[in-house]
Amino acid sequence: MVLTDTDRKLIVAIQDGLPLSPRPYAEIAEQLSLSEQDVIKRIRQLQSSNIIKRFGAVVRHHELGYTANAMVVWDIPDDQVDAAGKKLGEFDCVTLCYRRPRQLPLWPYNLFTMIHGKSHDSVIDALEKIAAETGLGAFSKEVLFSGRRFRQRGAHYGQR
Amino acid sequence: MLKLTIQKETNQVAVSELTDLERRFLNAYQHEFPLSPMPYADIADELGVTETKILEMLDSLSRRKILSRIGPVFTPNRAGASTLVAMAVPAEQLEEVAALVNSYDEVNHNYERLNDFNLWFVLTASDRNRIEEIIQELRDKTGFQILNLPLEQAYHIDLGFPLWC
Repeated sequence: MVLTDTDRKLIVAIQDGLPLSPRPYAEIAEQLSLSEQDVIKRIRQLQSSNIIKRFGAVVRHHELGYTANAMVVWDIPDDQVDAAGKKLGEFDCVTLCYRRPRQLPLWPYNLFTMIHGKSHDSVIDALEKIAAETGLGAFSKEVLFSGRRFRQRGAHYGQR
Repeated sequence: MLKLTIQKETNQVAVSELTDLERRFLNAYQHEFPLSPMPYADIADELGVTETKILEMLDSLSRRKILSRIGPVFTPNRAGASTLVAMAVPAEQLEEVAALVNSYDEVNHNYERLNDFNLWFVLTASDRNRIEEIIQELRDKTGFQILNLPLEQAYHIDLGFPLWC
């Protein structure tokens, strides 16, 4: 799907969320001089073409009580990383699992997973279970717990 | 070693403190939010309450900062370009550098993490050139080590958060 200017304007209009009022799509339509049906149709197209991965409630884990958030990074041999990524991505508490390039010699890790839990210990327990069940425990990894959150919001693809 | 600073939290609510309606809403509508003219009324019908009740609940979830938004989560690198960036910043300068990073609207998540690379943020822009330009500006302005870690392969993307984890 090639994004039109109108699609890009629509993305900017919805990136921070829908209005919490009875006719949210109509309100957005009015801002963009489109019809309500056109806004709905375009959002549906963005979803079916996989530009929007999901559309719905986005929660903040921290405020839900999942105060421990760890980025676990793994150094997995290149010929095994795809299989490892798929395995790790299947665990409920792994919310993201991405392959990224190593930056040697500063950064040897190529597989990134995010694990959320209610405490430091629960994240470590989950990680041990995951490492044991996947057989990935033998590979070198690091656990980077989060500290201060300086910003947390969705991506912006341009300004209003 | 760098020390973790624990942020004082005033808004923190455990899942167990969600109302029954909130829990049912969050279990059902992190995906497949209705694309219909009156989505909140449709959700209300589905959950057996009034539209007003749903709007009040959403307002409350927003005020308690549990709900970030009702909206899209984009597939990385489809509508634009993005990358994960890590910086190694001396602890005493972390707040200042974090504020510099946040001065860019292209930054969405920006967290302290416990590592020599202690500042981690996501840059999203309409194209790759803008990303490179920001990273170069940050290198020039700070002189600190920066890792540019663009996504090569996604095995699992944020598909909503299971409340039972």
